[in-house]
Amino acid sequence: MSVLVVLEQNGGKWNRMSFEALAAGKTIAEALGVPLNAAVIGASVEGLAKEAAAYPAAKVIAVQHELLANYTPDGYTSALEQLIKASKTEAVVLPHTYQVRDYAPKLATRFGQAFVSDVVDIKVDGGKVSFIRQLFQGKLNATVAAKGEPKFVSVQAGAFRATEAGTSAASVETFVPQLDATKIRSKPEEPFREAQRSVDLSAAELIVSVGRGIKEKDNLHVVEELAQALGAELAASRPICDNGWLPMERQVGSSGQTVAPKVYFAIGISGAIQHLVGMKGSKMVVAINKDENAPIFETADYGIVGDLFEIVPALVDAVKKAKT
Amino acid sequence: MKIIVSVKQVPARDSALKVDADAKWLDESDLSFEMNEPDAYALEEALQLKEKLGGEVVVLSAGPDRAAQTIREALAKGADRAIHVELEEGSVLDALATAQILAKALEGEAPDLILTGLQSDDMGYGQTGVVLAELLGFAHATIVMEVEPLGATVRVKRELEDGWFQNVVLSLPAVLTIQSGIKKLRYATLMGIKKAKTKEIKTIPAASVSAAASIEKVYLPLRNKQSQILTGDAKDVAKQLVEKLKFEARVI
Repeated sequence: MSVLVVLEQNGGKWNRMSFEALAAGKTIAEALGVPLNAAVIGASVEGLAKEAAAYPAAKVIAVQHELLANYTPDGYTSALEQLIKASKTEAVVLPHTYQVRDYAPKLATRFGQAFVSDVVDIKVDGGKVSFIRQLFQGKLNATVAAKGEPKFVSVQAGAFRATEAGTSAASVETFVPQLDATKIRSKPEEPFREAQRSVDLSAAELIVSVGRGIKEKDNLHVVEELAQALGAELAASRPICDNGWLPMERQVGSSGQTVAPKVYFAIGISGAIQHLVGMKGSKMVVAINKDENAPIFETADYGIVGDLFEIVPALVDAVKKAKT
Repeated sequence: MKIIVSVKQVPARDSALKVDADAKWLDESDLSFEMNEPDAYALEEALQLKEKLGGEVVVLSAGPDRAAQTIREALAKGADRAIHVELEEGSVLDALATAQILAKALEGEAPDLILTGLQSDDMGYGQTGVVLAELLGFAHATIVMEVEPLGATVRVKRELEDGWFQNVVLSLPAVLTIQSGIKKLRYATLMGIKKAKTKEIKTIPAASVSAAASIEKVYLPLRNKQSQILTGDAKDVAKQLVEKLKFEARVI
């Protein structure tokens, strides 16, 4: 019996969420009293596996094959299926990345198992493992139990503190799966970026960010005035940029920019996790939202529950007054 | 091209959510429901593909009686016919069970493409499309922004993290989970609503499946961090906040 954590690398670089998943895997392994193993996947990843051996794990497995040079759901699923079947595994823990979202449901289905995705916490009580995950974009939490083994679970960004590299050297093994090029049905091309970003929000000290609560494009002047009064950059959550109300390059979140200003104003933003991962490094977060249960209030230092169309203009006046 | 669009009916986005008496799900009695927003984008993508290439768009939905309203909305927007897999009122399924029910309902359909939203706004598993692909033996791609059919294959633009994208060519048949917000959603026209009444909705019972995961308890999240809620009228709270900005954050 063991717990397996699948670490993620892209082009030889770790996805840092990998070590958060490792921390989550460690929680389960320790509570169940079973060894913690880690796997890294690619064409040639022994070097990375050796690096990972400095982190707390009994064994790091380099899962290698030339057909794993580029990520494909068919290749990764088949490789991991073979690895998991080769050893008795109690739980498979993954970081909840876009890549994991693409193949882990398929992998769990191969085993006839549920994949408990995007969990924020893990409880082990007398050998029984259960998972906490969010419903309704963070408005409610649920405790979820999965039947049978192995359990498949992915861990939300930031839910666990990443494990640190230590001195204990785990053993490194190589696993070469049997893969057949004709069974890989997708041909990935080179990843690309749309255009050079002309707005770098990552250096902004003050950010006024707006979400669905603004209702329509014609209302944007309300937050623009606040940004102007404060000398802040204007940013937005995804729906605002999708609607074309603000350019894509002003989007904060997992598909946009990651920011860490001195003060982040979240105005009419409910605080779905995809947005929170982009701004939780902010020193101070101020949230204005009409829904007192909006998840943004969990991240905010200061919250105002109310109508942004009343509060923001009042704030503009107060800021102007304080500046003169 | 034959396209299946899998849609789910979920509680409306701004609903006040109330946990039910035994804390296993929501009290649905006062809720209104709507088409899961990401699925609405999948439907839009399907309708635009059909307009370009011809063929058929079939709506597939598993849900209780009330889901018929969402199905009719999809027909009014331009889907050709629908399959309604009837679930019992209040059934809460994991992604594997849902996909098993949908896969069973698609027996005999042989689509070229199955489109669905990248996740549901209620459960948020983000898996049903991928699991369905695996059960049917189809290729798949997730978080798709553009779809370009090329005969026996399809080229899709996928969104990766941090502003990166990637084009991927897939063999057909395939399941694609569509990113929200890319295309503009259409409204149903009066003519569309009228026409929808004559379109076929095949109602079939759900296959019996066993749950792979179950919800033991639903609850309001405990706040890890105590945010300080400022109270008073707009002028009051603005004044309090400016104090914080001036003396604590020192940005004014």
